[in-house]
Amino acid sequence: MERVKFDTVAGRVDRSSAAGVVNPVDLHALEMALRIRDEHGGEVIVLSMGPQQADSALKECLARGADRVILLADKAFAGADTWATSYTLASAVKKLGGCDLFICGEKTVDGDTGQVGPETAEWLGIPHVNYVREFVSIDDQLKALCDMSDGLYLAEVKLPALVTVTRKAHRPRYATPQRIFAAVEANIEKWGAAELADVANSDNFGLRGSPTRLTKVVVPPVEGRKGEKLIGSPDDVVATLVERLETGGVL
Amino acid sequence: MIFAEQTGGTVHPVANELLGKGREIADALGVELSAVLCGSCMEQDAQELIYRGADKVYLFDNEALAAFDIMNYRANIVALVQEVNPDIFLLGATPIGRSLGPRLAAALGTGLTADCTSLEVDEQGHLVQIRPAFSGNILAHIKTETRPQMATVRYKIMQGLPRNVERQGAIVRPNLVIDEPLAKLSRVPTDIEKQLGVSEAEIVVCGGRGLKKPEDIRMLSDFADALGGVLGCSKPLVDLGWMDKEHLVGFSGNTVRPRVYFAVGVSGSSQHLIGMRTSEKIVAINSDPTADIFEVADYCIVGDLYEIVPRLTAAIRESRERDETADFVCS
Repeated sequence: MERVKFDTVAGRVDRSSAAGVVNPVDLHALEMALRIRDEHGGEVIVLSMGPQQADSALKECLARGADRVILLADKAFAGADTWATSYTLASAVKKLGGCDLFICGEKTVDGDTGQVGPETAEWLGIPHVNYVREFVSIDDQLKALCDMSDGLYLAEVKLPALVTVTRKAHRPRYATPQRIFAAVEANIEKWGAAELADVANSDNFGLRGSPTRLTKVVVPPVEGRKGEKLIGSPDDVVATLVERLETGGVL
Repeated sequence: MIFAEQTGGTVHPVANELLGKGREIADALGVELSAVLCGSCMEQDAQELIYRGADKVYLFDNEALAAFDIMNYRANIVALVQEVNPDIFLLGATPIGRSLGPRLAAALGTGLTADCTSLEVDEQGHLVQIRPAFSGNILAHIKTETRPQMATVRYKIMQGLPRNVERQGAIVRPNLVIDEPLAKLSRVPTDIEKQLGVSEAEIVVCGGRGLKKPEDIRMLSDFADALGGVLGCSKPLVDLGWMDKEHLVGFSGNTVRPRVYFAVGVSGSSQHLIGMRTSEKIVAINSDPTADIFEVADYCIVGDLYEIVPRLTAAIRESRERDETADFVCS
């Protein structure tokens, strides 16, 4: 293994709130990367796209054991949908000269789309596997267990590859005090559109590059039902309910 | 065009729902509705898709496509979409749809909206993709400036059409390219075969924060067993680690539409309601008379779930036993 990379989409999580935090599932992705590195060697690089403040999330990744962190921050990246976000992340990977394994969280807590991982894999032209819950082995291919809707599957994917992990995957380790002190002092490497200029087309960045547009936001009306209040002692209430359900053909 | 996914030779029921919605949109736009199906020996299933509303089914039929193979599925569907140029491409928001959809969108240079709960066509004929955002508190309306307009659609939200064997349509077998698989998935036999998922269940018993300790889930599973139903839960129980995410009903979990839904000690946050409000009948049991869950319930019981649920379980058991005895007498 030369390099193990890990993507955190932390910056996108914290668009509005104050300090950048790591999307919880991304900590499981980081843990899987660290375990592979600890067993097989290599380098864990954490990539995140987000606002300048997201560097606190990346410091947390350093504290937990990442070798290198890079924040993709630029006004030109703002307003990106999953298409433009994945393009930008993939461009950064190309700039790094590729990677053996790209691990990301299944989805963010805000957007909840789960699309950035597979889209990034497509930009990189590498296969991917979703919903990984456990790393099994790695050589020229990665073996891992993943949850599909109808049960558990063994995935065997040729490297280089991308995987997305769920919160069932490897419990994240704690940061050590020494690493925390070092991380607080650390200067976070930041890349903007200029740094990606030789590998990317800047028309594809940010809002400008995003094919989807939010056109309207509505508060959904709560459609009320004619709820019947069942009143009485617990025994009465239960008897009435069973009768209603039976006569209604529900049970 | 819709993607009809299959596992083990069985087409996922979300395909019928996509065809139902797709038919409505295609008729509004005056265009053809097609489906793409990848699998092995799926001719009969392709015909079924026509009975459910497709005008044309593009069938990639090959042994190598029997199991989901992301790269081979991707390559063939990208080539097909580039040739057919559909205005709209829909997939189910299932593990397979969520894995395949983003790759297709990136490859086709077009946008993809995740997890739509509603689709509309505006006056200009553009697809309006509607999805809950920020834990379901708001609905975002999204349009795509590129083509095809792509979306994944939540299972159990759209209505399928009744099967109509009179419907005519064509099955087309496009040229097929199969490469060595780069990502193989094989089923791992587990000790217990995975039980019916909460999203497919006809009866759902859902527990919420009204439960006092994790052991009390046993009381709910007894109730669910008596009913022949499946256990669900609201988000706090997953966050507490009391239940697995497979059981989660709501914005970040499953959407359910059972015959009857029992919300037990569930307050009814908007993120929960979005996942269950289309259930046929809803029974709510909660000690707080102002709980939002009562707004969507058909039967409202204000009371202590620890008093109600065991009695309800006993009453259901009794009623079932009565029925069985009756059957026995008749036969």
